[in-house]
Amino acid sequence: MIRRLLARPTGVFAVVVLGLLVVLAVVSLVWTPQDPFRADPFHQWEPPSPAHWFGTDASGRDIASYLLAGTRTTVLVAVGSGVIASVVGMVLTAIGSLTARWVREGTAVLLDILVAFPTLLTAMLLTAIAGGSLGVVIVSVGLSFGVTIARVARGEIRRIARSDYVTAARASGVGGAGVLFRHLVPNAAPLFTVQLSLAMATAVLAEAGLSYLGYGAGSNTASWGSMLADLQTYIGVHPWSATWPGAAIALVVAALSLLGDAVRDATDPRLTTNDRAAGGGPAPRTPDDPATTSTGVTA
Amino acid sequence: MTRFLIGRVLLLVVGLLVASVIIFATLRVLPGDVAQIVAGTQASPAQVAELRQQLGLDRPVVVQYLDWIGGLFRGDLGRSLVTDGRVAPEIAQKLSVTLPLAAMSLVAALVIGVPLGVLAAVLRRRPGGAVIAFVAQAVAAIPIVWAGMLLVALFAVTLHWLPTQGFPLDGWDEPGRAFAALVLPALTIGAVEGAVILRFTRSATLGVLDADHVRTAAAIGLTRTQALVKHGLPSVALTVLAVLGVQIAGLLVGAVVVEQLFSLPGVGRMLVTDVGRRDITKVQSELLVLTGLVLLVGFAVDVVHRTLDPRQREVSE
Repeated sequence: MIRRLLARPTGVFAVVVLGLLVVLAVVSLVWTPQDPFRADPFHQWEPPSPAHWFGTDASGRDIASYLLAGTRTTVLVAVGSGVIASVVGMVLTAIGSLTARWVREGTAVLLDILVAFPTLLTAMLLTAIAGGSLGVVIVSVGLSFGVTIARVARGEIRRIARSDYVTAARASGVGGAGVLFRHLVPNAAPLFTVQLSLAMATAVLAEAGLSYLGYGAGSNTASWGSMLADLQTYIGVHPWSATWPGAAIALVVAALSLLGDAVRDATDPRLTTNDRAAGGGPAPRTPDDPATTSTGVTA
Repeated sequence: MTRFLIGRVLLLVVGLLVASVIIFATLRVLPGDVAQIVAGTQASPAQVAELRQQLGLDRPVVVQYLDWIGGLFRGDLGRSLVTDGRVAPEIAQKLSVTLPLAAMSLVAALVIGVPLGVLAAVLRRRPGGAVIAFVAQAVAAIPIVWAGMLLVALFAVTLHWLPTQGFPLDGWDEPGRAFAALVLPALTIGAVEGAVILRFTRSATLGVLDADHVRTAAAIGLTRTQALVKHGLPSVALTVLAVLGVQIAGLLVGAVVVEQLFSLPGVGRMLVTDVGRRDITKVQSELLVLTGLVLLVGFAVDVVHRTLDPRQREVSE
């Protein structure tokens, strides 16, 4: 599957950007060009130079160092939300498919309702009781997408459970656990991965939004979102200064959502081997096959 | 259809109930005493107790909840814990900014997303189509704050075409200025949501371009364009409608950030302020109003979709 993923330009882009992000986050733990928090009132708004690769901001902080330190926050938020979304999603899926009938149906209705709750409103609700923090961002995105994952997985699992190969497996004497691990889990995994990468993309955007509103990262944590918030004040004087953090966020979010697309395309059994080899460009789906193009709608 | 409507109305009502219970219950586990927070740290225990009684916080939680929901039907959402102002009229007034903003954002998103999405699909084998698809992918990844800052930098700071921030104090008594104040915010949300709509429109159009009925229409003498417009685009429109059900939630929530960015006096900005002040009677009603709007729009979209889609009609009747 990894090989198929890397056979697409979008897959390569996603893997390279996300790999780089993780490497930079690790590097930032031990080294940044300058102290990201050291204000230097004598060197405000400096243009890029060898000492300050991307220049300095309103308080004379080194933008490159601050961006680098911000990678940690981005990785933390994305991975944290992903983990919580996975756990919540799996628990809800298990409740929705393994328990007594009335519990299953109750869960189904509840999921239909909960899935409509916007992530940002969940975050505001939690912020109202717990105060703003990265933890709140992670928990609210994790909960929201846990519900979404369970909702999407429900249909998929029902489809697989009704499929001929599961019927055949059951008929030939494979037990519940065997069906679960040999058929249900591997077949639901791609869908799960797609939703997970969407959850992580949303988490990065939510962190930016909430930090901007003042309810995300605290002032002693470097974050791309709070950097955008800081720079907004100076939009009349330095209108283009927000390009660095803005572009960094957009790059990571694009990589995460392309990763989802690429995983879906690489694992979709309806794509033939030829289609896979032919896929390329910003639109990985081969447009001549209606069966493959319809997948864009379901995601 | 009747069965579908009854079921859908039921889901809407249950949804609103669940939303109100979740919001209310979550806010009541507030760490720290609400009365204490309102009274401030200087207040004596007796003052806090008096305030608690005054605010009705000493009553059982269930009674407080029923009081809130009952008031909702009478259009009375209580008073602010901080300013003592009535909540319902304030929310109604703020909606006069948020609802037009959401409507204008929706128009902007559709105007940007649908034609370009169809174009990108029709030009699928040309560089133009690839460029549109690529740009849409990039724009959809942009955080809404930055999108707003870029538009302000371009249209307000550099070109001076539109106001940077703010909303006329007289509100809609000055329709021209009020409208102008909402253009950039609506464009901000519209661009980001429009990019998402563009991607769905493109893939739906790609799907119908090669659909049998469209090819047949072209084969019996219509031009490719006529065949697409007459026989392909109606089903694309249905797909876009279905996507809107989810995306309109995005429009309303985008308003929370955008109202802050452009200093617009809407419900979103009010919510952000009140969350900061922990004014829970206001926060609970604002959250319920916003969630209620999202659920209502989802309901409306589902019903319209059901009415328009002949495939679904056949199944139900």
